[in-house]
Amino acid sequence: MAPTSSRPRADDSPRRLVIVGASLAGLRAAESARRNGYRGEVVIVGKERHLPYDRPPLSKEFLTDGQPPVFLHSTDALAGELGLRLRLGTAAIALDPDARRLSLDDDTTLTYDRLIVATGAAARRPSGLTDLAGIVTLRTLDDAVLLRSLLVAEARVVIVGAGLIGSELASSAGQLGAHVTLIDGAPVPLVRAVGVDVGRRLSALHAQRGIELICDVQIVAIEGHTRASAVVLSDGLRLPADVVLLSIGAEPVTSWLAGSGVAVNPTDGAIVCDEMLRTSVPAVYAAGDVAEWSNRIVGGQTRQENWSNANEQGAVAGRNAVTAGSPVAYEAVSYFWSDWYGQRIQFVGTADSDDVEFHELSSGHGGFVALYHQEGRLVGAAACNGQRLIMKYRRLIRDGASNDDALATLARSAGAAWERGRVTPAKQSTGSSARPSPAGEHAGRRR
Amino acid sequence: MYVSLDRDRCSGIGICESIAPGYFEIAEDGSLQLLRDDVEPEAITEVEEAVRSCPTLALTLQR
Ligand SMILES: Cc1cc2nc3c(=O)[nH]c(=O)nc-3n(C[C@H](O)[C@H](O)[C@H](O)COP(=O)(O)OP(=O)(O)OC[C@H]3O[C@@H](n4cnc5c(N)ncnc54)[C@H](O)[C@@H]3O)c2cc1C
Ligand code: SF4
Repeated sequence: MAPTSSRPRADDSPRRLVIVGASLAGLRAAESARRNGYRGEVVIVGKERHLPYDRPPLSKEFLTDGQPPVFLHSTDALAGELGLRLRLGTAAIALDPDARRLSLDDDTTLTYDRLIVATGAAARRPSGLTDLAGIVTLRTLDDAVLLRSLLVAEARVVIVGAGLIGSELASSAGQLGAHVTLIDGAPVPLVRAVGVDVGRRLSALHAQRGIELICDVQIVAIEGHTRASAVVLSDGLRLPADVVLLSIGAEPVTSWLAGSGVAVNPTDGAIVCDEMLRTSVPAVYAAGDVAEWSNRIVGGQTRQENWSNANEQGAVAGRNAVTAGSPVAYEAVSYFWSDWYGQRIQFVGTADSDDVEFHELSSGHGGFVALYHQEGRLVGAAACNGQRLIMKYRRLIRDGASNDDALATLARSAGAAWERGRVTPAKQSTGSSARPSPAGEHAGRRR
Repeated sequence: MYVSLDRDRCSGIGICESIAPGYFEIAEDGSLQLLRDDVEPEAITEVEEAVRSCPTLALTLQR
């Protein structure tokens, strides 16, 4: 059993690893399988016809700066270095775990020795909506291309759902000169992500930028003949609209697994995994937005829908799928970021807490850190323009730190001069590819 | 081995800091500071993971 090198030895029995979903989690799984010494065949089946690309820019720079999509790898790197076979523009439609066989939508089948499901999530659409031109959701590059053509100056845009992506879209659409109204069904948006207090405070950013946010209303109807022309709200208000952007969350893409025996959560359809990312069916693993797993740090089943989870979880699933003997548990303190109105919003850990404490950051720009406590321990932290602190909190949360440790970190940071270590000189930034730096005016202080 | 950073790509998201805090730290102004750029042999795996995990492909390891 004991490997001779420090790397886990690859199991030589699997000959073909198949990954369904050619995006972040799927690609990280493939890379990790290779890194862990797996030499067999790797086939990635992806429904979209594009090479794997990065989603976060789609609601941000892709819309506002007209930037090209960010691809995660070149075709050459995928085929050459990683030796992957990509079947893009092809969807898996059924799984037979006894025969270890997938059915694909091009009427072919594909057998596997190990399978990783990384089919992500799809934008939710409220049921019973008529299908009119101008009603859009954003999940894929094709969606973003369409949206980019619709978000023109003076367009009247109603965004339904003031969550992270809805808020980013409000910011981007506003920047493009559209007239934006943001509506949300809850009294306070973002509660599930960051809790009530921080949700309220972040949502106030919209009004500060002149974007109207209407809370606690539902959409009753979207009017229009072939194109959407207005949104009717439950309080009777009628908002004229050229574009209705639905951003009311995403659902795990698992309907294609119906009847396969892979256990899914009955409420949201997420694939249920154990801490090693194994599904209920032998030789089948899952990772990314599609999966919930038993996270030891949180002490229960959780699903995360963010970039760093897909990044890290994909790698663990890829490793565990191909290495025999010693699967590793995936443990993670959640981390996500979001950029609106030039503010960098970041969150680590969980918002499920009994007390939230705000600290204003002296650097100005309305920056703050909010610390979430549960029974004397730090369990979460939110920051607005607090980039310097957030990753320190991620580590403190992982290590089970106390409230006092958290405050000490804050105090140290507040007083510290910024002189540590060696700093490579900053290239003169062209500003074109960099994200807006919220506190960019402070750059001169760095040394 | 040493790490190099392409500041034009880096967006200060800080994934690298959470993986290898001894090497990367986000500064007050939101930009990334390399705390050291020569990678010690025992830290190679950690730094490699940080480099790989950067969403904007701003980091590279060079020999
Ligand atoms: C607009 C937008 C902005 C975001 N911004 C941020 C951000 O700022 N910060 C952050 O942390 N996170 C952000 N996220 C979330 C992040 O992008 C996701 O968490 C991440 O993409 C999840 O990766 P994944 O590989 O699990 O799933 P996905 O990226 O959803 O990929 C799944 C892939 O599987 C394919 N697929 C589905 N069904 C099948 C099938 N049956 N057969 C074959 N292929 C199939 C899909 O077409 C898709 O390409 C954002 C997401 C969106 C949509
Ligand atoms: S992970 Fe990449 S983008 Fe983020 S701070 Fe580090 S180098 Fe910059």
